[in-house]
Amino acid sequence: MEITEVGYLRWIPLLPLVGAAVNGVAGAVIQRRLGKRAISVLAVTPVLLAFALSVQTFLDLRALAPEQRFLLDRVMPWLHVGTLVADIAFWVDPLACVMLLVVTGVGGLIHVYSTGYMHEDASYWRFFAFLNLFTFAMLTLVLGDSLLLMFVGWEGVGLCSYALIGFWWREHVNTTAGNKAFIVNRIGDFGFLLGILLLFWSTDAAGHGSVVFRELQEHASVLAGQTLWGVPVVVLVTLLLFVGATGKSAQIPLYVWLPDAMQGPTPVSALIHAATMVTAGVYMIARLHFLYALAPATLAVVAGIGAATALLAATIGLVQNDIKRVLAYSTVSQLGYMFVAMGVGAWSAGIFHLMTHAFFKACLFLGAGSVIHGLGGEQDMRRMGGLRTRMPVTFWTFLVATLAIAGAPLTAGFFSKDEILWKAFSSPHGSALLWLVGVAVAGLTACYMFRQLFLTFFGESRADHEVLHHAHESPPSMAVPLVLLAAGSLLAGFVGLPQALGGANRFEAWLAPVFAHGHAAVAHAASHGPHEVELELTLMAVAIGVAITGFLVAFVLYQRRSVPVAALADVLGGIPYRVLLNKYYVDELYQAVFVRGTLLLSRLGAWIDATIIDGVVDGSARLTALAARLNRLFDDYVVDALVNFCANRTYDVGLRLRRVQTGGINAYLYVIVGTVAFVLIARLM
Amino acid sequence: MEGIGLTHFLVVGLVVFALGLYTVLTRRNAIGILMGIELILNAANINYVAFGRYAGVAADGQVFAIFVIMLAAAEAVIGLAVVLGIYQNFESIDVEATDALRY
Repeated sequence: MEITEVGYLRWIPLLPLVGAAVNGVAGAVIQRRLGKRAISVLAVTPVLLAFALSVQTFLDLRALAPEQRFLLDRVMPWLHVGTLVADIAFWVDPLACVMLLVVTGVGGLIHVYSTGYMHEDASYWRFFAFLNLFTFAMLTLVLGDSLLLMFVGWEGVGLCSYALIGFWWREHVNTTAGNKAFIVNRIGDFGFLLGILLLFWSTDAAGHGSVVFRELQEHASVLAGQTLWGVPVVVLVTLLLFVGATGKSAQIPLYVWLPDAMQGPTPVSALIHAATMVTAGVYMIARLHFLYALAPATLAVVAGIGAATALLAATIGLVQNDIKRVLAYSTVSQLGYMFVAMGVGAWSAGIFHLMTHAFFKACLFLGAGSVIHGLGGEQDMRRMGGLRTRMPVTFWTFLVATLAIAGAPLTAGFFSKDEILWKAFSSPHGSALLWLVGVAVAGLTACYMFRQLFLTFFGESRADHEVLHHAHESPPSMAVPLVLLAAGSLLAGFVGLPQALGGANRFEAWLAPVFAHGHAAVAHAASHGPHEVELELTLMAVAIGVAITGFLVAFVLYQRRSVPVAALADVLGGIPYRVLLNKYYVDELYQAVFVRGTLLLSRLGAWIDATIIDGVVDGSARLTALAARLNRLFDDYVVDALVNFCANRTYDVGLRLRRVQTGGINAYLYVIVGTVAFVLIARLM
Repeated sequence: MEGIGLTHFLVVGLVVFALGLYTVLTRRNAIGILMGIELILNAANINYVAFGRYAGVAADGQVFAIFVIMLAAAEAVIGLAVVLGIYQNFESIDVEATDALRY
């Protein structure tokens, strides 16, 4: 593997970090002294510079031969412990480059948008400090050359996500949502960490222990044949890592935090909870595709979870009334699509959808933000309507993005979604069932997205007169990113024009060197026979048909209103509607099982702690005190008594003996003479 | 002169020693005690000289006697100095009175 070493990669993550540090440390002062404009400049410039560097990276990569497209920037040694070697080093291959462009490009636009959206906020500087910090963490995640460095970014984005969801912390519901996101993510991260540890442990046991992606890819084969508790190690590793992905990328069973994450400011929802962070799981699987390709069992799980999540979230999205929550469930659903792609080994299709989704979902969120901004904070679609004429830019961009997500032909979403559906059908890991679910989700997506469009922009306005009076188009700082993202939603698909439609699929070709290893299993899918082209076009037509059906349902129900929606809600005694409105009661289920269970467990733990552990501790303390008291008695009455006895008797003897010392010289003389005489006499006798 | 032999000298020495010892033990006057000590030393001298003469071994006895005389002189000096010191402290040289060095 030829690697070109460059020195500028480090600046891509570091520039936003500098921005975060400056705004985070001195932001309050800068904002007071120099105004919000200075904060904006400090926050937006690093991200735009990072974008420029990312473009440079792309150009540099393109200048290299396809097989040698690796750029590496070794910054410094980090952890060298035993056989574990992890350095702070950033590397870029075509896959990372795609993510890089999405994160810095879409992220940059959202930064610009935020300068308008957050303009009235007193904590303007805090918002941008976190937004920049997030960008830094996300870029570390993308560029890190080892799983450990990726994990650093992985945790970093989670932290920033938590901080930004609870950005308006004065409202309890926001901080609760932040906590929920953080805790649910931590559960996933725990699995991710276990996966890293198991991976290193197993490869190390085989003599090739490493956490660096390049080396892992080179030695992935050592995992083949290894088992743990009767399960292939590679399946365990990939499943554990996938647990991390379900947390970060909001898949069943850990998706519950993402809808609640909409409590954060809308640009945050767009950047973190739609375009970038939540795609980290998809990126991670694509990054480690060489491991997943070795574990068909895991792939089946990934595809299954993805399809189930896509369907579940899409059905919930049908009945939600909060403009952002609909988009949140839509994001969960679209992420499900990406995981289906990963699960059938269609790595580049998944990444393609990741990229197009970043455009249209960011555009949708920013459009929703624009609406919320224009209506003074209103988020309930039942109190919107008729905004088409009042907010034309928002409306048209929203329409374009809606078309894209619904899969209208020739928009970005159409190409990427179709690619996934085709791979879900044709890949050896795929099946007709996966395709069917995917198509159904496409129909549902079209339905709930047009429902949203109709409720928000068409019909009579249902807003208060006062609110409506102030309804206004957003400032250019918000409108320009919207237009650019809408353009992306329209055009981004053409880089991946499928061969079936006469395109070259340059996107897939660009990623091909990365996935060359993992593609062995699905290689045949790439070769299109004439029969397959026909099949693909047929499937495409079916998908379009289903999407149009979805659109028509929404049109009839919410635009024409020829069938009263209320009547539909009462079908089957209103049970299906209530189940959907309450999101399948999953939150309630989790509350009852996990939260209550945890509380119960902790209460039990507290009881054990207070009664048994404390009892043992207190008991031993009491025993010690008792022993000490006994010890003192022994000391006082036995040891001291002995010592005193000796001393007193010695004193007594001395008292008596001292009488010998009379001081009279005669007495001494008598004694001397007497003694001498006695000795002499004794000798003579 | 034939009648006088070693025994006579020893008897004289014994008498002098006994008198000296008696003096030492009975005198309360410190100077008297010192005088008794002189008698005892001289009794020893008589024995030395007598044994020196009659045992006929060179002049060892006589030499020792001279040593003892010299020692007695030194002892008298120190003894008298002590007595003088006692007198200065107690205004008496009665050994019964100088019993401050007791328990």
